[in-house]
This record gives sequence, structure tokens and C-alpha cells, in this order.
Amino acid sequence: MSVPTNHHPIIEFRGVSKRFGSLVVLDRMDLRILPGQTTVIIGESGSGKSVMLKHTLCLLRPDEGEVYFEGARIDCLSEINLVPIRKNFGFLFQLGALFDSMTAAENIAFPLEEHGGFTPEEIQNVVTGKLRMVGLDGVQKKRPAELSGGQRKRVALARAIALSPKVVLYDEPTTGLDPVRADVINELIIKLKKELGVTGLVVTHDMASVFRVADRVLMLYQGRFRFDGTVDQVRCSSDPVVKRFVEGHASDEDLLSLQTGVSQ
Amino acid sequence: MAISVFETVGRVEREAISAFGRFCIFCRSAFVWLVLGSTDRRNWRLLTPQMYEVGNQSLFVILITGLFIGLVLAVQAYGQLQSLGLEERLGVLVNLSVVQELGPVLAAVMLAGRVGGALVAELGTMNVTEQIDALRSMGSDPIRYLVVPRFIACLLMTPLLTLFSDLTGAIGGWLITVQMYGVASEPYWYFTAEAVEPWSMWTGFIKSLFFGGVIALISCYKGFTCRPGAEGVGRACTEAFVASLISILVLDFFLGLLLQSIYKAVWGFTPLL
Ligand SMILES: Nc1ncnc2c1ncn2[C@@H]1O[C@H](COP(=O)(O)OP(=O)(O)OP(=O)(O)O)[C@@H](O)[C@H]1O
Ligand SMILES: [Mg+2]
Repeated sequence: MSVPTNHHPIIEFRGVSKRFGSLVVLDRMDLRILPGQTTVIIGESGSGKSVMLKHTLCLLRPDEGEVYFEGARIDCLSEINLVPIRKNFGFLFQLGALFDSMTAAENIAFPLEEHGGFTPEEIQNVVTGKLRMVGLDGVQKKRPAELSGGQRKRVALARAIALSPKVVLYDEPTTGLDPVRADVINELIIKLKKELGVTGLVVTHDMASVFRVADRVLMLYQGRFRFDGTVDQVRCSSDPVVKRFVEGHASDEDLLSLQTGVSQ
Repeated sequence: MAISVFETVGRVEREAISAFGRFCIFCRSAFVWLVLGSTDRRNWRLLTPQMYEVGNQSLFVILITGLFIGLVLAVQAYGQLQSLGLEERLGVLVNLSVVQELGPVLAAVMLAGRVGGALVAELGTMNVTEQIDALRSMGSDPIRYLVVPRFIACLLMTPLLTLFSDLTGAIGGWLITVQMYGVASEPYWYFTAEAVEPWSMWTGFIKSLFFGGVIALISCYKGFTCRPGAEGVGRACTEAFVASLISILVLDFFLGLLLQSIYKAVWGFTPLL
């Protein structure tokens, strides 16, 4: 297999569609993610960002279209054949998705143990190291139920990067964190990219985070990408949909339905 | 009007059949992983905590259930048999019913409630909080990691727990017959030993093996497919219990028929009373 150069996308979607019943979430979506870049995906709540992320490692399969990883098609692979592919990914789930029955340390050790080939000391070191990276050294013995929402998120992030994957998918990494903590996480995303060449795919609503970490910004709107450009381009975009999102203004329609709702 | 009724019936039927098909696919991959995973030592380590869970959750209720089956059966049957002068053979009736029929079935019913409910709640919660997706994202198969150990644990523990309910059932029958109604102990046990053969025990064990497997598969499947939210998990629990209960009773009937015809073919029919 050839080493992907900057011209070959590490992740590629070709005409991906996904429906849940009659609800069309992704509509013939095309996407090319270049290695070593941090791509931020913004979009309204419910526009399908999490669904899109799950397609990149085939946790959900497209109804139509194709998904590629490093030039090889993966959406038609069986679960067993996907295992070596998924080893390249770290996934931070929107709600953390830590295993309730395990302590924080066991959660972070899980991907290392599942893929095998690590001694107990190595695992121990990785756990401490990653926890320190997210600023949580010392919570090893705690269970998810004993952690706060933000702490859970950070343990989940530590778990996502435990295997030092090539691609990290961050589903709202800074949601629920205080501004200082959020900035630490932003720094972490930048550091992972710079030092380890990690390809990042960040879903977020947090515009401060977008401006901080993004090499490229995509906006998901009605099942496709409405906007694709750099941070500077997003700032001065004239597209009303993008503009409203960036500036955080509600549309006239939203305000109208709010008014009629109140007056009823 | 009439057409729309048929339409609804047809749709419900089609959904039921496709749900059953999905359940069969689920079971098949559980069996595939059961075979594939048996060579990996890591998988065996997952088994012990599950067996502990199953036993720990249900031993007490199983003991109580068994005891009361024995008590009730003895009380019910005593009057009838005494009027025929056959009260010394009460043990035959009580113990045979307990070992072959009521012990396995009622133990399985209790397990469906206790263990099955806990399984659905646990896996359902894991499902709606994306923990199952997280497992898959880390290259682990949820059926191998979650379903197979629970399936094996139920398969092994159900016959064992049934043995306990048989035991307390026999004690219950003895308490009523010998202690309360004063039937002589020696003939009571003599007739019991004559009637309850190894085959009767095997009948009970084979049945409970199937019951345990069915409870585990149905509960795990319901947990894996439950709808989001606390309501979805609750609903999945109820559905799993009802489905397990019906499966237990249906299986009991057909296994009973099958095992009895095997017995007849090999040993012929022997009257017990
Ligand atoms: N497993 C599923 N079954 C049915 N519908 C689903 C499923 N997953 C997502 N959806 C639907 O798909 C749509 C997009 O969901 P998604 O979670 O991707 O939104 P999102 O963009 O991540 O929103 P948020 O920013 O609030 O997290 C939603 O309307 C949701 O109801
Ligand atoms: Mg989301």
C-alpha cells in the first residue's frame, strides 16, 4: 500500500446517502479529507453531523454511495474485516460512551487490550500519559458515574487517543467544558496534529474552537456540505445560512415560530 | 375499510417476520462467535463475572420458588392420594413433577425475570448511550464481547440453579408429607427413588439448558435493538420477558414430547402409581 501523499484523501465519501425511515439525513454527500489536516464540521443541531462521523468508520453504513479509507473501499467490508481499519481511528463520542462497568483507567486501557500486543506496564504508562494530557491524572480508579460531565468527556478523549490513531474523530469535544478547559482541549487537538500528524475531524458548535483549531471548515446543511473553505473564508462568508450560524443569529423564520408559539 | 384492515394485518405480519429473521441472524452470529472465540483465552476471562452475576442475582429466588412448589404440590395432592390409600406414594408425584416439569419451568421463569431483565437493562442502556458503538469503534465485536459470555453463563447456570430448585422442591414435599401429615419416611423415599430415574433428571436438565439459552438470546437481542431513552429500555425489558415466557412454555411442551418419545422408544412405558 502506498503512503498517502497530500493529494490523496485519507477519507473519502462518494455520493453517500443515509435515510432513517422517511427522514433523509445525508443526501448524496461528497467529502475528501486530506491527511494531517484538522477539518471542522459545523451545522445545526440535528443536521446529521454525528451520523456523518459514524459513516467514516462504518458504524453506520450508507444506503447509497461509497466510503473509502486510504483509497480502499470500506463500506462493503464485514465487521471482522473492518477491525484492522478501525484501529486507525479514535472516536470521541458526543456523550462520551464510557463503559459504565469499568473504571476510568480500564476504559482507557480497553482499546490497548482489545488490539493486544502491549505489556501491563506499557498499558499503565499509556493510561497515565493520556490522562495527564487531558488534565485528569488521579481519576484512574473512578467509575464514569462518579465523574462530572466534562470529566467524562475528557476521559473519553483520552480513550479515543489511547492507541495513537492516525485519524481522530471528535464529536463536540468542548461541549460542556468551562472556557479554560475548552481551550486546553483545543490545544490538545492542535498538538496532536503538529506532533503526531493526526488527521482530525471535529464536529462542534463552538465557534471559538472552530477559529482556533480548523485548517478547513465544512458546513453541513440539509444533507450536504453548504460551505467548504478556510477559517478566514468562513468569517467573511456572504452566504446567509453560514453567516447566521457563525454570528449566532436566529433566522426570521425561527423568531416567527417562537412568537406564534408564545402568543398561542 | 376492509382493505385497510388487511393492509394493517399484512404490515404487522411482515414486520413480525422480518424481526424474527433479524433475531435468527443475531443468534447465528452468536453461535459463530461462540465457536471462533473459544480459542482465545481473553474471552474466557469474561465468563466468570457473568456466571457470578447470574448465580448471585437469582439463587435466593430460585430456592424460594422451589421450596414453595414442593409445599403446594404436596398439599394439593395429599387429599386425593390419601382417599385412595396411596399417600405413601406422594413422593412420586411431587418429586417427579418437580424434577421434570415445574422445577425447570418455574426456575426459568424466575430467571427470565431476574437475569433476563437485568440483561436487557444493561445492554439496552449500553446501546442507547452509544457504548455498543464505542465497542465496535475500538475493533471489538459486541456479540463476541457482550453476548457470548452472557449466553454461556446462562446456559451453564440455568441447569445448576434448576438443581437447587429441585432440591428445595424435594425438601418442601418432604416437609408437608412426612413432617406435617405424618406419612412414614421410609416408604416415601423408597417409592420416590423407584420413580425418579436418572432419565427424569436428564429431562429436567436438557429442558433447562434450552430455557437458559433462549432467555439469554432473547434478552440480549432485545437489549441490542431497544429504542432510545429510558422508555425504550423499559419497553424492551417487558417485551423480552413476555417473549421469554412464551418461548419457555412452548419449548417445554415440545421438548417434553420429544424426550418422552425417546424414553418410550428406549425403555417402553412404565406405570408409576
Ligand atoms: N439511529 C438512528 N435512528 C433513527 N434516527 C436517527 C438515528 N441517528 C440519528 N437519527 C436522526 O438523524 C438526524 C441527525 O442526527 P445527528 O445525531 O447526526 O445530529 P447532529 O447533527 O449530530 O446534532 P447535534 O448537534 O444535536 O448532535 C436526527 O434527526 C436524528 O433524529
Ligand atoms: Mg451530534
